[in-house]
Amino acid sequence: MITFKLNGQERTFDGDPDTPLLWVLRDFEKLTGTKYGCGIAQCGACTVHLDGSTRRSCITPISTVDGSEVITIEGIEGKEAEAVRKAWIAIDVPQCGYCQSGQIMSAVSLLQLTPKPTDEDIDGAMAGNICRCATYHRIRQAIHNAADTMEG
Amino acid sequence: MNRNLAYVSMAVAINAALAVSNISMAQDNPVNALKPASAFQAIADENQRSVALFEEAGKVIQHPRCVNCHPATDRPLQSMSMHVHQPPVTRGEAGMGVPGMMCSTCHGPENVKVVGQAETIKSIPGNGNWHLAPIEMAWEGKSLGQICSQIKDPQRNGGKTLDQIVEHMAHDDLVGWGWQPGEGREPVPGTQAEFGELIRAWVETGAACPS
Repeated sequence: MITFKLNGQERTFDGDPDTPLLWVLRDFEKLTGTKYGCGIAQCGACTVHLDGSTRRSCITPISTVDGSEVITIEGIEGKEAEAVRKAWIAIDVPQCGYCQSGQIMSAVSLLQLTPKPTDEDIDGAMAGNICRCATYHRIRQAIHNAADTMEG
Repeated sequence: MNRNLAYVSMAVAINAALAVSNISMAQDNPVNALKPASAFQAIADENQRSVALFEEAGKVIQHPRCVNCHPATDRPLQSMSMHVHQPPVTRGEAGMGVPGMMCSTCHGPENVKVVGQAETIKSIPGNGNWHLAPIEMAWEGKSLGQICSQIKDPQRNGGKTLDQIVEHMAHDDLVGWGWQPGEGREPVPGTQAEFGELIRAWVETGAACPS
C-alpha cells in the first residue's frame, strides 16, 4: 500500500507499484488537469510538484511517491500561484491550452525559488515545457509580470 | 522562449528524440569486457604497466555513459552518439540543474522502464545522486592522458587523494550506474569491481599517465 499526500489530503494506492503517478492522478484520483503529452519526460505537460520541486509525473512510478507530497494544478496555491494565475489571464497566455498546466507548475516553481527571474532564468526553468502553439513569448512576459506583482 | 525550441512543435520535438534514440541503439555493442588487473603482471616495467592499466580503465572512463555527464560545457550529453541533452537542460550552480528544471525533475532515484513507447526508448535513467560532474572535471573532448592528469590533480578532482580516487571509482553509487544504466542503454565495459581493481593497481604502480 502506497500512502502519499495529494493536494493536502492523505491518499493511498494499492495497485501496481510501477503505475506512473500521472495515471494515478488521472485515472484513479480523477484529477485530469495534469496532461499526458509524450510519456517520456520530453514535453513537460505532466509536470506536478513532488516534495516542493517540479517532477514529470509520466515517468514517476507511484512506488517512489510513497511518503511524499504531490501538488497538482488543481491544488497549487500561494502568492506565486496567485500571481501566475492573474498574469496568465491578463495577457491571455494559452492558445489551445493543452500544455498550460505543466507550464504553470514550472513557472510557479521558478518563482518560488527565484522571485525576480531574468530571461535566462525563465528560459532555463521552462526549457522542458514544450508548447505547440508557440506561446513562449507570452509565457515569458507573464512570468515577468507575475514577478512584478509579487514584488509590489 | 528558449530559442532552440521557440518554434518547434511538441510532435516534431518528440519525433526528433525518437530518431536520435534510433541512432544510439544502432551503435550499441553488447560485447564489452575489461581485462583484469592481473593480466598486466607480465609487463615488467612498472611505469609501462601503470600506463597500460590506466589505458584499460580508459575503456570505462571514455565511454559515452561516463563522458556524457562530464561535459565541457554547461550542457550534458546523451546516448552513444553523445548528442546534446534534450530537453535543453543546463548544469546550474551545483550541477543539479536550475530552479524549475532540476535533474530530478526527470531523473528519479532509479532507472524507470517506460511502456507503450517506440522500441527505441526503453527506460529513463535515474540515480538518487544524479548530477553533472563539476566543470573542472570535464572529460568531453580530452585525451586519456589529459583526463589521467586531471584525475590525479586535487585542484581538479574535488580535493581527493589517490586512495580516495580508488574508493570513488570502485564504490561510488553514481559511478556504478554506468554498469546498470537501464534497459536500452549499453553499460560501460566489465564490472565496477574490475574497474576499481584496475584503478587500484594503477595507483599502486605509480599512477603513470599515457602520453
